[in-house]
Amino acid sequence: MPLNQDFVGRSYTSDVPFQIGREHIRQFARAVGDDNPLYHDVEAAKAAGHADLPAPPTFLVTAIPGNLGLPTDDPALGLDYTLVVHGEQRFTLHRPVVAGDELVVRSTLASIRSVGRNELLVTSYEFTSTSGELVAEGTCSLVSRGTAPPR
Amino acid sequence: MPPAITYDDVDVGTVIGDRTFSLRRSDLVRYAGASGDFNPIHWNERAAREAGLPGVVAHGMLTMATAGRLVTDWAGDPGAVVEYGVKFSSLVVVPDDDEGAEISVQGIVEKKLDGGRVVVNLTVRHQGAKVLMAARATVQLG
Repeated sequence: MPLNQDFVGRSYTSDVPFQIGREHIRQFARAVGDDNPLYHDVEAAKAAGHADLPAPPTFLVTAIPGNLGLPTDDPALGLDYTLVVHGEQRFTLHRPVVAGDELVVRSTLASIRSVGRNELLVTSYEFTSTSGELVAEGTCSLVSRGTAPPR
Repeated sequence: MPPAITYDDVDVGTVIGDRTFSLRRSDLVRYAGASGDFNPIHWNERAAREAGLPGVVAHGMLTMATAGRLVTDWAGDPGAVVEYGVKFSSLVVVPDDDEGAEISVQGIVEKKLDGGRVVVNLTVRHQGAKVLMAARATVQLG
């Protein structure tokens, strides 16, 4: 079943800001075996010029709602997660994300297009502070295997 | 602590590192908890096989984060990474043993940009196959 193109262009904004927590940064760093003191020691982070512990470059994946950040789990989209593989991921950080930041996440389903027998879903994200500063952006591509419409 | 490396220290072709990392089942469970990605293909053999996979596979995002350590360790300050993107090209199957799956990560400075920024290209392999393609980080150096 091809995916529902009506979803292209739809955006979703998180109801409550995602608060970046110190312990969450430490937990994420430990999970990737990273003992960089800037992730763990607030004094070391401050000595390096950060307001608090900086987040690892891919940390914002934890702030993306839902499965792999698709803006909706709406069954009307027709996405079968057992057919999905992660195609591509990108983060652009306009400044370091640090513990204490509160970010509003806006996800937009940017496109659905056929690539051979597969479909490629591209979702873009904006992470904005509660005072309206665009802090980071992201892009996620998912591959929906074998669902492209017949030509 | 400013980044340990300065812009003038590096040239196109500078090797930033060459390391191997091992990913074990316990690392996948830990990453699932920290990231919130509890897809059972990353920790449950039965679910992975039902999904047509040869076994439990690492989260692509865990591979991406692990490869990124080469860059943040080189730069010193993880806040120096201003952009990081990858394409996932091959799965990392993680066996149920104490050694886990080994991934090798090599990084090289590919480009010097204006404003003290450099682009690092990462080559990430598991059992000879590239698991990430077009893996690039832009780093702000002092």
